[in-house]
Order: sequence, then C-alpha cells, then structure tokens
Amino acid sequence: MKKLMLGNEAVARGAYEAGVTVAAAYPGTPSTEITENIAKYDEIYSEWSPNEKVALEVAIGASVAGARSICAMKHVGLNVAADPLFTVSYTGVNGGLVIMVADDPGMHSSQNEQDSRFYARSSKVPMLEPSDSRECKDYVKQAFEISEKFDCPVIVRLSTRIAHSQSIVELGEKVDYSLKDYVKNPAKYVMMPAMARKRHVEVEKRMGGLREFSNTSGINNIEWGSKDVGVITSGIAYQYAREAFGDVSYLKLGMVYPLPENIIREFAKEVKTLYVIEELEPFIEDQIQKMGISVIGKALLPVIGEYSSQLIREKILDQKAGASVKIDEAVPVRPPVMCPGCPHRGLYYVLKKQKLTVSGDIGCYTLGALPPTESMDFCVCMGASVSGAHGMEKARGREFGKKTVAVIGDSTFMHSGITGLIDIVYNKGNSTVIILDNSITGMTGHQQNPTTGYTIKNEPTKQVDLVKLANAIGIERVRVVDPFNIKEVDKILKEETQVDEPSVIISQRPCALLKSVKYDGPKKINMEKCKKCKQCFTIGCPALVNVGDHIEINEALCIGCDLCTKLCNFGAIEKAGENNG
Amino acid sequence: MDKLNIMIVGVGGQGTLLASRILGNVAMKMSFDVKVSEVHGMAQRGGSVVTYVKFAKKVYSPLIEKGEADILLAFEKLEALRWVEFLKEDGSIIINKQRIDPVPVILGKEKYPEEIVEKINKVFDKTVAVDALPIARECGNIKAVNVVLLGVLARITGIDKSIWLESIKEVVPQKIQELNIKAFEAGFNVEV
Repeated sequence: MKKLMLGNEAVARGAYEAGVTVAAAYPGTPSTEITENIAKYDEIYSEWSPNEKVALEVAIGASVAGARSICAMKHVGLNVAADPLFTVSYTGVNGGLVIMVADDPGMHSSQNEQDSRFYARSSKVPMLEPSDSRECKDYVKQAFEISEKFDCPVIVRLSTRIAHSQSIVELGEKVDYSLKDYVKNPAKYVMMPAMARKRHVEVEKRMGGLREFSNTSGINNIEWGSKDVGVITSGIAYQYAREAFGDVSYLKLGMVYPLPENIIREFAKEVKTLYVIEELEPFIEDQIQKMGISVIGKALLPVIGEYSSQLIREKILDQKAGASVKIDEAVPVRPPVMCPGCPHRGLYYVLKKQKLTVSGDIGCYTLGALPPTESMDFCVCMGASVSGAHGMEKARGREFGKKTVAVIGDSTFMHSGITGLIDIVYNKGNSTVIILDNSITGMTGHQQNPTTGYTIKNEPTKQVDLVKLANAIGIERVRVVDPFNIKEVDKILKEETQVDEPSVIISQRPCALLKSVKYDGPKKINMEKCKKCKQCFTIGCPALVNVGDHIEINEALCIGCDLCTKLCNFGAIEKAGENNG
Repeated sequence: MDKLNIMIVGVGGQGTLLASRILGNVAMKMSFDVKVSEVHGMAQRGGSVVTYVKFAKKVYSPLIEKGEADILLAFEKLEALRWVEFLKEDGSIIINKQRIDPVPVILGKEKYPEEIVEKINKVFDKTVAVDALPIARECGNIKAVNVVLLGVLARITGIDKSIWLESIKEVVPQKIQELNIKAFEAGFNVEV
C-alpha cells in the first residue's frame, strides 16, 4: 500500500516495521512528529522524556536490555544528549539503537543553525541521511541492521525539508523481532577507565568495518549521466542538485559518515568537474579535500541558510531566475506573534510596564522579545533563563537583581530549569523565576509533559506539583497567579523582586489553543464608548486592528479571552452581537 | 496535465496544512509523484506560512521557485501580494478577501496595502477573489475557510470532483467530514 507521508511519519513507520518496542524523545521542531507518530503504534512503548539526555538514556537502557529502541530530537537537543552519545559509542548496543536528529538550516524554528554531522564524526558513530520520505523509512530500518551488525548506535539525520515534506511511501510488513538475551557484561557496559580503554580499541576497529561497509553496502551509489560534471551530495541537497544540474553524474551519499573513500575516488576520476552540494558546513567537502581530490563547494555556495535549486543554478551554473512578475508595492513583514487569547500576553504586559530585565527561554513566550512587548533581554538555550538570571545578579549585584526576572515555560522548566533553580538556592541567589504554566508544551504543537498529568498516549499519570517541587528544593516564596489578573500580577511581581531571597511565581492559565479551553466568542468595540485611547493596543493582540480612524476587533481571530476588556477603562469592549453601539 | 505546482499561502493558524494534505492526497490518487513541503513550529504562530505542493511524473525538490507556480492559493490578501512573484506569468491566483493585520501594521509602523486584489488583477488575468469567511460561517464554522478555498481551487484545476471528495474523506477526521464536504461544495460552486 502506498501512502503520502511526512518524513517524520515515515521514520515512525520505519521504526514500527523494524520491530522497535521502546521510543523516547523530547519535542523539538522539526523532529516532533516522529515520536507523535510512533506513539500511535500500540506495539511500541513511547514516552515524552523531560529532556533529550533522559530520552537517549532511556533508549540506551532499552537497547542494553535487548530491545530495538529509538530516540528523536532536534539538532540542539543532541547537544543536551551529547554526554550519553559519546559513551554509548564505546559500550555499543545489544538491541539496535537509532538516534534521530533533525537539523534546521534556515532556522525556521530554532536558535542556531548547527550542523549535526560533526557529532557523528567526533563520537565515531555512523550517520545516515535520507533524501525523501521513502528513504526515511528505509534508512531507519537499515540503521537498525547496521547498529546490530557493528555493535554501535546509528544516527539518522534529517533536515527541515525532509522532516516536514510529504512524499510517497510504500508500506511494508513489520519484521518479527524478539528481545535479544540480556547477559550481564560489565566489561562492555560499565565505562570506567580500565574498561573504556579496551572499548575505545573496539571503536577504532569498528570504524574500519564501517568504512568498508560505506564502500560496499550499496547505500552510497553512483547515478551516471554526462561525465562533464560530477556532483557528490546527500539528503535534501541531492533533490535540489538533481533539479538544477539535470543529466549529469551523481554520487548520492546515503551514509554521510564514514564516507565511502573508494567510491569517491572512483567517481572523481571519471568526471571532469567535481562539485559537492551540501547545506551548512563543508563537512563532506573538507574530507574529500583531505583525500587530495580537487572539488568545488563552499567556494561558490553559502554556509548560511537553506539551499534551493535556484540557488544552485545561480551560484554554480550562472543562470538567473526565470521570469517572474513583480508588483511594485511595499509588503509589510509578518513576524510570528502570540495567538489571540495567549495566556503569556497578560504577563508580558506587566513585564513591559515594570521595565524589568527579562532573562528568557525557549518556547512560545520567546515571542515576548518582539514588538509590542519587547520584554526579553536574553535567550540562549533551554533552561538558561533561570541560571542566566542568577549570573546577572552575581555580576551586577542585588540592586540589578531586583529589576531582573527569569521567564520559563512549564515544559522547559522540566527540561532543564530545575537544575538552575537549585543553583540559585544553593548559591544564595535572590532571583525571581516565573514559570509560565500553560498546561502543555506549546510551540511544538501541544505535547504532554510531566506537569500536565498525561502521558504521550494521553493516559492519566502523576503530575509534577510545581509548588511542592519549588518548596522541596528550598524556595520558600512560591506564588501562583492568573496572568490575566493584571493587577495581581503587577503586585506580586513588585513584591517578589524586592525580597532578598529566591522566589518562584507560577503564572497559570492554559494555552488558548487547547480544545478544553472555551472562551465566550468574539468581542466587538462599542464605538460610542470607545475614546480611541488605544490602551487595548498595548497588549499586542492580532485581533485588535486599526481601521482608518477607529479600532475594530477582527471577529475571525478574537476568541473572547477578555484580556483587552479588562484593560479598557471605558467599558467599550463588549460581546459581539449584543449591542450595536 | 503532466505536472502542476501549487502554492498555498496564508497566516499561521488558518488551516493551510489541512488543505495541502487533501491536495497532496488528490495528486497521489491521480498516480502522480508528489511532494508537499510544509512549515511547522514558530511561523505557525501567526506568521507568514507557505506550503508547496508539486506533482509530476517525478518530483525532486519539494520547493517551488519564483515564477514557477501554476496556481497560488492565498488565504489572506497581504499574503497573496507577498508571494505573487512565485506565480507564472499565465498562472492563476485565488485570493481570499480576508484581511489579517500583521503586528507592524497594528502598531502603525507600516501600512496595509490598499486594493490588493485590483492590483494583482491588473497583472494576472486569471485572478479570482473570494470572500470565503462568510461562506464558511454559513456552512457552520468559520474554521472551514480552508476547505471552502480548496473547493474554489478544485474547480480551477479541473480535476474530477469525485477525487477531491474521496480525498477529503480519507484525510479529514470522521467527526468533521460533513462540515468539510459542505464547505468544499460551497467553494466549488462559487461563481468565478
């Protein structure tokens, strides 16, 4: 049977067909749908772990115990999981272990543009890279075979345009895979210096075998065309290259680490001009140069951003873009914005009003950095809001600390905010940490987390009690507030930033996009009462718009959250359809 | 027809993803090779979103380049203007008359362009403007705007209507099928 599938969905299908029984992940664009789709298979135990390090460790445990296991993350998630990655490379596996990592060239939804291929090289773990959904499924299955054959984890790398493109996949049967025997083997699995030294020798031996495999397995193959031009490429770049160059010769790499040196030499010998087409860093190019082969890549192509067929045509083939009709008109940009009804909007209104220094974090609330609130000073990675605020106070002293807060979402706090908070208590900090508890993981599209009370399969489970948690690590001042109660937020923020001890404010209101959240329906402006003071505009709700000389509410967007109603001093915002003032 | 490049553009949250899934499924039913490239994550929060749907005998790149789109389906006027240069000179454009102000316009820093439909119509003969919001409301839910517009698109492609209906049934959850089929029919029957 054929099905149109996202790359991520095809990965999930591949895991199912390979007989995977344990899957763990932390959500992150563009990798999230892998595990969301895996969770639909009853045969597979799946979980949202608190972070990527935990997810990989769960998968490692499952592998050692004899199961085929998989874990998935975005590129920056692999930084979090790097610690277990480098050492599981030494221990190797029992049941096959596959690590999915999704890079985001062009940073559609990320804070950096790192190239995860370097992890494969530095951790000495083989890496595969599919170029469409069909290969996503096939390569995941093959990755499990490689993992078990060579006793190592295997990384499968996607990029946004593979993960989030749909193409046709032929569904296959699930293999009959049963748990491998579990045999206690500390020399292999307990990595202390004496054992690890021996394992490192095994890793180097394994690399030899993998290089041979890369040359002979057929995963890297040559598609001969005109030999005037040869293109070495992989992943989505292969698709762009195919479209741009047409009938030339291609060496399509399915395994990007280790590279098939013999095939590359053979290919290079046959073609007149050799190009490497790869997004981001010259990972393949540098290795080919090192083989003493002359090749053109980053001399013409950028290391920044996504590629496209047109970009290759322009930079390499010197072909201008095809005719397109332009309309001479300034088009305003449309940056992302907090949704109508977003609970974060109330809190940010107060943060701006109090002119606080805001140490920020990763999630929907990062949008608070943009106009009109512009209330975020710093945002680096998951968890850094909490530890960063502490660092700011230690650098600039208590008075600066009194004007500083950390802002972090519930899921992000579980991911890596807790350790920062412990640091503040332990090292006598006074920071005020605001946890934005919207009852879900928002930006990645509504995933459960340890604070929501539900698992990935929507089964009820124990819920982390944020108040008790904060108390338990030594925070004595914990306040809970509704972010739409602006007066209360204002008051609590003033109190908590001034006290000379650490405090936690839990800003609690569910995400407006949750199905369980029901508001009253659209509002409208009573034109007779409206004084056009534009006080309501200060919250930056996309449903409130200027039309000529007056303000209107966009009925298609407004859900009736009432935040603007509370701000209006003239009672001019009413339920639509009630009063035609 | 041996190939078709369609772009669906709009504002994050308008339901462009569902529309592109139904469309992709239609292409597959017609035995084409097909690629659909979507945007998830941050841009889905009220940002400018674009989905590329390409079908042909063999599709390599999932992206459509400037001047390559046969049809541009815009869920919002300003987004029509933003992406119009991706349209072929003789391409068709469907514009939903809905207006959603971006933040710079709300803050008075930039102006929402006037008479967008007229300006596009001057350059592209095959311009269709539809006010899909009231049609969706009449069908029972303003969220069905996406499927109303898909109905308009279906009519313009000339692809057999039954394939679309089958595809909707396969892609849309049972609960909301009736609403969506009603919305699709309403869009299909819009006078263009």
